[in-house]
Amino acid sequence: MSMLTTMSTGNMQRIGWAVLIGALLAAPFAIHSGRWMEFIELTLFAALLGQGWNILGGYGGQYSFGHALFFGTAAYLQALLQYKLGWSPWLTLWIAIGGSVAVAAFVGFLSFRYGLRGSYFALVTLAFAEAFHVLSRSLVSVTEGGRGVQLPLNQDPEQALATFQFTFAGPFLSEAGYYYTILIFLLIGFAVTGWLNHSRFGAQLQAVREDEDAASALGIDPFRVKMSAICLSAGVTSLAGIYYVQKFLFVDPGIAYGPGKSVEALFAAIIGGVGTVLGPLLGSAFIHIVGEFAKETIGAMLGDRPGVDLILFGIILVLMLAYMPRGLVGLVELLWRKLMTKRGGGNA
Amino acid sequence: MDFLGISLPSYSLETVFGSAISGVFLGAIYALVALGLTLIYGVLHIINFAHGTLLMLAMYAVFFLWSVFGVDPYLAMLIVVPGGYLFGYALQRSVIGRTSHGRDEIILLTTLGVSIVLENFALFAFSANERNVQVPYDFDGIDLGVVYIVWPQIAALVGSLLITAALWCFMRFTDTGKAIRAVAKERQGARLMGINVEHIFAVSFGIGTACVAAAASLLAPTYAVFPQVGYLFVLIAFTVVVLGGMGSFVGALVGGLVIGVTEQIGRLYLGESLGLITISAIFILILLFRPTGLFGQRL
Repeated sequence: MSMLTTMSTGNMQRIGWAVLIGALLAAPFAIHSGRWMEFIELTLFAALLGQGWNILGGYGGQYSFGHALFFGTAAYLQALLQYKLGWSPWLTLWIAIGGSVAVAAFVGFLSFRYGLRGSYFALVTLAFAEAFHVLSRSLVSVTEGGRGVQLPLNQDPEQALATFQFTFAGPFLSEAGYYYTILIFLLIGFAVTGWLNHSRFGAQLQAVREDEDAASALGIDPFRVKMSAICLSAGVTSLAGIYYVQKFLFVDPGIAYGPGKSVEALFAAIIGGVGTVLGPLLGSAFIHIVGEFAKETIGAMLGDRPGVDLILFGIILVLMLAYMPRGLVGLVELLWRKLMTKRGGGNA
Repeated sequence: MDFLGISLPSYSLETVFGSAISGVFLGAIYALVALGLTLIYGVLHIINFAHGTLLMLAMYAVFFLWSVFGVDPYLAMLIVVPGGYLFGYALQRSVIGRTSHGRDEIILLTTLGVSIVLENFALFAFSANERNVQVPYDFDGIDLGVVYIVWPQIAALVGSLLITAALWCFMRFTDTGKAIRAVAKERQGARLMGINVEHIFAVSFGIGTACVAAAASLLAPTYAVFPQVGYLFVLIAFTVVVLGGMGSFVGALVGGLVIGVTEQIGRLYLGESLGLITISAIFILILLFRPTGLFGQRL
């Protein structure tokens, strides 16, 4: 946040955050259209995936191409422990987070211990995700294989909270329960990245991103810092997996470990702006709006066929990388600075 | 033996040998796909994520040439190879080259973006249905005793050997080949010698795409084409390239054969689905312990 040096902009930023969070908290009271709430929920979900990726990729400079690994592991643990052992979702949630972090520690240890950087790190994460994809499809006795895991739907409002299912949870929660779940998870993600902006660890992580050798010359242990980052990143990403299973009550190998979730995380973070708190949410909102718009216009013209939205996202990604490497956040900052200098105020 | 509840069967030496032979033929196809990827890496030092998607597009081209105009898939090579060259040249010049400022993972992301666009274009235009090229000699072949090999498999093996040899000769004996090697080795020096580096980059990308188009022709009689087929192949091609050593043609050939044989034997022992884990496992192990591969660094 280089430009926000003066008191007034600092305050403005704080006010901006208060307005944003207030608006998100109030949304279910203002919006009564189920379709729009669903739209916002999915936007927040992709933002959470992007935020998880952003911790390692944006702040740490380690571009993962297999973040589905952490999403999928949490989703499978959350689903399987309920399905097979009948454990409470409130207990499995912690195991899902822990398992996801353990996978991250394993992958991180191997990658960073052997000094994989740049594209090599990206490829090894992709390979791990694919290995888990194959395993989840093949070890049928453990994971139910390609059929996937389907959790039973709870229809008893009394049990809604105990089963962490809001579909039949009474008048208000049935509409807003899942929305608040994903919102709370996303706010945790915001808190983590906000902390990275201001903490000693965050500064160390960004130093490692900029120049690993220089950072270690300053007494930072890059291995330890990157290990913490990948675990933190997996922890936040695992929340998305938990939400997904509780919301859709289903997971299969393709959803959990296929390239889709990894790409969704990349899209949100990179289009929004890597290494910023707001980037993933901005990116996610942008691509969802573009996607909806594409469905309404192109879809209406050519018939509702799959693929149109992803064609657009891909083009936007390439254009962003070519002309706007700092993403939408960078663009907003640029416009803001222009506005301020035109007024002759701001950066006095 | 027991592996996570799956008991490993024991097979006669003959069965294993048969699997290994069909693995060699499978590996030839992998080598062919990896050849273009390794060339592009060796010269441009970029990992082309879109390589599998380009294969997929070329396979669609072969399919439509066959289904609409009745062109034999092997004859289609005369059209898709030059077409692939032009497409690759244009792609590098107009899209990938423009974003190549900066870090290598940004370029990797650009090629990922390109592959998402192309794959979803195929999904949009051609739907997710699998399509097959049917040739009259589909199931004719030779019985080797331990395994039955069909002609398209033999064509793929011979084709990939010929193409590797042709590419090697091209790099060795032509002026363009020498310029490509010069750029691969020392791009600033090459530029000072008056070589148009951007042109050579695009030429290399074009040749890499032409290779994958040739692979598409050879694959068409045995593999179905659908929009995601590229993703299957790109992971394998990465593994082959990393195993053989990024930038090495011989490495791509040997790597392809090793992966093909390993996969078939893995499938024999671990089953159709779990057998695929051998590819990811090799990929991870090589990246971790020997990232220069078997035939490291040189083009």
